[in-house]
Amino acid sequence: MQIYLPIAEMSVNALTLLGLGGAVGVLSGLFGVGGGFLLTPLLIFIGIPPAVAVASQANQIVASSFSGVLAHWRRKTVDVKMGLVLLAGGLVGSWFGVWLFALVRALGQVELMVSLCYVVFLGVVGGLMMVESLRTLRTRRRGAPAAVRRGHSWAHRLPLKLRFRESKLYISAIPPLVIGLFVGVLAAIMGVGGGFVMIPAMIYLLGMPTSVVIGTSLFQITLLAGFTTLLHAQQNQTVDVVLAVLLIVGGVIGAQFGAQLGARLRGEQLRFLLAALVLAVCAKLAVDLVVTPDELFSLSRPGQ
Amino acid sequence: MKAAALFAAAFALGAAAQPAEQTPPVERVIAALDQNRIAITAGFDGTEIFVYGAVARDRLPGPQDAEVGVVVMITGPSAPVVVRRKARTLGIWVNRDSEVIDAAPSYYAIATSGAFYDTISHTEDLRRRVSLEHTLRFVGSRSEGEAREAFLDAVVRLRRDSGLYVIAPQGVQLIEGTLFNARFALPANIVEGPYSARVLLTRQGAVVDAFEAQVDVAKAGVERWLFDLAREQSLLYGVMAIMVALVAGLAASEAFRWLKR
Repeated sequence: MQIYLPIAEMSVNALTLLGLGGAVGVLSGLFGVGGGFLLTPLLIFIGIPPAVAVASQANQIVASSFSGVLAHWRRKTVDVKMGLVLLAGGLVGSWFGVWLFALVRALGQVELMVSLCYVVFLGVVGGLMMVESLRTLRTRRRGAPAAVRRGHSWAHRLPLKLRFRESKLYISAIPPLVIGLFVGVLAAIMGVGGGFVMIPAMIYLLGMPTSVVIGTSLFQITLLAGFTTLLHAQQNQTVDVVLAVLLIVGGVIGAQFGAQLGARLRGEQLRFLLAALVLAVCAKLAVDLVVTPDELFSLSRPGQ
Repeated sequence: MKAAALFAAAFALGAAAQPAEQTPPVERVIAALDQNRIAITAGFDGTEIFVYGAVARDRLPGPQDAEVGVVVMITGPSAPVVVRRKARTLGIWVNRDSEVIDAAPSYYAIATSGAFYDTISHTEDLRRRVSLEHTLRFVGSRSEGEAREAFLDAVVRLRRDSGLYVIAPQGVQLIEGTLFNARFALPANIVEGPYSARVLLTRQGAVVDAFEAQVDVAKAGVERWLFDLAREQSLLYGVMAIMVALVAGLAASEAFRWLKR
């Protein structure tokens, strides 16, 4: 069943997109991540222009993270104040990211920038997660309980202190602002929600309790992805609603299956599998950058 | 031009009493397309244009008359194209050199009744900009010689691979030197705009008569509406995209809560 995408200006098989959205949805339900980091490279691989893939992906993230945040809202595991501070940083970051994206697009290096960002961040995050999960798996085998680190770090000594009741924290607003800013840039140029960077940062850098981390991150991602979508739509005109809707429909169905599958696996095993998946995507992109491509030439419209 | 040909035809008919076997018969091409309007709708997956026609002449060609040839071509709107070439930099492949082709047709399909230069002469080709090399415009080139050629070749190769450029010698079926037809596939990624369809009737490489028609390609329905909205009301479009996503997210959340109960 072919469907024409009005902004990407190409015809794709609707079932392929539903399937892709669904498969990534299963993974996102399984691991509790948005899955943007998998979907964007896959979309580019099936021929969607990178600019359209990234922007429509941001739109899809609005839907998936919103349906996630609703569940956390009911369970009251959202730190709204922390979310808003992260968002404030995120908005500036996103604005800068979209501007950077337009600049790099004019230079003809979008694909390179997106690939490099993916290789670096997936490599770092996947590597850290792999080490972490292996360590936990090993300690558990020895029978010792996993250590929880919640120390007073540099984040507690900076000025502009705020009280975050749900997170049981009294820290400076500067670290969450900086984290938000950084994630905002990533969201705009990689078409990801940024959960895979923000969740570890919230746990290890800010010392937030794990119970509120996912809900707060989803809350911030929903708003930030919405803002990014708006910026891409307005400045680059690259949001394809038809593409986004197909991905959303596949994604929400897949996510439910993934969540049920995830309930049967243990946390460390899940983290190990996710780390392996992230590293695999990273390796594939890295190889593509290094191996001599079949076609050295590419065409584009001027200014794109 | 056509009036002149008709006049000549009438004159030739009047003069048919005298045996004037040395001059070739006066010929005209009559052609039509199976569609003059292509709508890009939600289910659009490429289409086909069928060009057909006949050669009208004042008398039957004798054995001494050379055979006629037919060239059928369809070209889409021209636009500048940026061609980039990757090169290895610090171990990875990066777009390095680039050239701007001043004008390249977004779609170009040509079919001839015989081998290309048997059907139309080099002079006629140049004058009427028939072949692809005379259709592409590449003036402000920074590179010279082979490098320049490589960029031009890349445009042709990449667009032929994606079905946007079609070159089909013997693609015109010419029956008894009178009836002809040609079929062109237009892929799903064609751009909007006026497309021109041309039929050239040739004898010994010289163009005897020509036919020209226009095909309008335009998005229609939802596709049209979304595309215009994204361009002209981009902020509204962005807000709409977010609303759609929020409603979808809410619907999914509610649907599964209801299913779990």
